[in-house]
Amino acid sequence: MSLLTLGARSPETAALMARAVKGRSLWDDARRRLLRNRAAVASMIILGLMVLGAIVGPFLTPYAYDEINKNDVWLAPLTGQHLIGSDSLGRDLLARLFTGLGVSLAIGAVATTVSLVIGVTWGAVAGYFGGVVDEVMMRVVDVLYSLPYIFFVIILMVTFGSNFILLFIALGAVQWLTMARIVRGQTLSLKQKEFIEAARAVGLSRLEIIRRHIVPNLLGPVVVYVTLTIPGVILAESFLSFLGLGVQPPMASLGTLIANGAQDMELAPWLLILPSITMVVTLMCFNFIGDGLRDAIDPQDR
Amino acid sequence: MLSFLLRRLVVAIPTLFVVVTAAFFMMRAAPGNPFSTDRKLPPEIEKNIEAKYGFDKPLVVQYADYVGGVLHGDLGPSLKYRDKSVLQIIQENYRVSLTIGLSAFIISIFAGVSLGVIAALRQNGPLDYMTMGVAILGVCIPTFVTAPLLQLVLGSQLGWLPIASWNGGSLPNLVMPVAVLALPQIAIVSRLTRAGMIEALHSNYVRTARAKGLPEFQIVTRHALRAAILPLVSYLGPAFAGLMTGSLVVERIFGLPGLGKFFVNSALQRDYTVVMGMVIFFATLIIVLNLLADVLYAALDPRVRLA
Repeated sequence: MSLLTLGARSPETAALMARAVKGRSLWDDARRRLLRNRAAVASMIILGLMVLGAIVGPFLTPYAYDEINKNDVWLAPLTGQHLIGSDSLGRDLLARLFTGLGVSLAIGAVATTVSLVIGVTWGAVAGYFGGVVDEVMMRVVDVLYSLPYIFFVIILMVTFGSNFILLFIALGAVQWLTMARIVRGQTLSLKQKEFIEAARAVGLSRLEIIRRHIVPNLLGPVVVYVTLTIPGVILAESFLSFLGLGVQPPMASLGTLIANGAQDMELAPWLLILPSITMVVTLMCFNFIGDGLRDAIDPQDR
Repeated sequence: MLSFLLRRLVVAIPTLFVVVTAAFFMMRAAPGNPFSTDRKLPPEIEKNIEAKYGFDKPLVVQYADYVGGVLHGDLGPSLKYRDKSVLQIIQENYRVSLTIGLSAFIISIFAGVSLGVIAALRQNGPLDYMTMGVAILGVCIPTFVTAPLLQLVLGSQLGWLPIASWNGGSLPNLVMPVAVLALPQIAIVSRLTRAGMIEALHSNYVRTARAKGLPEFQIVTRHALRAAILPLVSYLGPAFAGLMTGSLVVERIFGLPGLGKFFVNSALQRDYTVVMGMVIFFATLIIVLNLLADVLYAALDPRVRLA
């Protein structure tokens, strides 16, 4: 119909005008800036491949991650049936690497979600309600901030046994502090905006305003911090697994693979080097994406 | 200044209290009792042991006893090392941790600040990109990767440095653990310093100093750096916590008889009192250090203490 009303104008101009009217949203701008950041784009591609490998990989390898092959002990990469070698029990390193990467990424995702939920709720409530509520809630954050959290995770793992779900929750529960601070700061400035005042004038309840208006507008900084929390969680999990307190054998995570590799590094250096490279590349990808997102969403920060 | 200090203390004391309480209840929430795990004991012996460690009293009394003990500097007896107290274990083992931790701390601050200043002065030049590249690597390569890789290359392949062991703290034995511990901190410190320096170098008072004709060296060290290291001061606490966390892995990998190794071993052996005692010890150190950092910050930046 629009073509008719536009009369004699050619379809090209009409399309052009339609595009001009549509304008560019904040997120369009951000996406454009992000896609121009070569390190971030490369990281996203690599990470995408890694996620794909972690999901599909275990089905493609001829061996299961915990399959013990007595005749294939300590095979070097490219020598036998095992593409990138095998470990002291003859388990296929490729299968273990896919599984370990998957476990590490899954823990990163789940624990970050836990930290996201706690951190955003805590920060938004503290920032929006203000006053005594804010004072008390932020004091709690201050107190927890100055604790050596990894020690508490270690105690948790020791007292309750190395349980998968507990590991997710424990790691997430200690990572929400920075998120809460960021969200609170943002909420404080959002609170002054006119559209919040309008929502209040319309008669929305305070919790409703937080849920419907504050939280969606926090998205930018929260997304950035999430991409920086995931590597933190992966690192913490691997750290625990390296100490023997995280993921338990025969299950693998990048941390347990590196720990096992370090034990046999003189005989079979590939068992240490390949998981280490995987770990470092994963962490770097997340960091580059996080930096890229920050520059894209909040350019004046630079 | 005094009210500022008081406000900080008001946070620090409840923090310590939270640590002690959390440590105690996490320890007691553990399923089963720490002695029943090894082998079955006759019931009367088990009762005797429980009485000795006070496990037969009501939880509230146990808690009061524990807090009272901690206030007197008594962290209780070890459950596995039957004739040692937690405090003794800490006293016997802190030197190793202190040596490598302090060395790494000093090195990371000096190296990090120097690298950050150089990078800022050559902003967007090749030197800047190189330093920041190294800094990103330093953040992304965890200690439990660098440590075995260094052992493999410098220790076993090239044979330049001893692979592990303490050896009375001789210098060659210290090089690798300290380097591994310091690397991530160097990376973070250099990034912080670079950011602070770039901001300071663009500020008006640095322009004034330039206009006065001061030598560049003086502008950098006396004017810009002083403002640039402020964010670094508030990072001192977290840096220290990071070093302690790192020492858990480093001491284990290099076989150093320090607190970190003891902590991990006790955790794996479920020696609860030792684990709790060490958490309290570490937390106290971190809290005190945070307090010192706050005082230092206030001393350096009048805006804080006057606010």
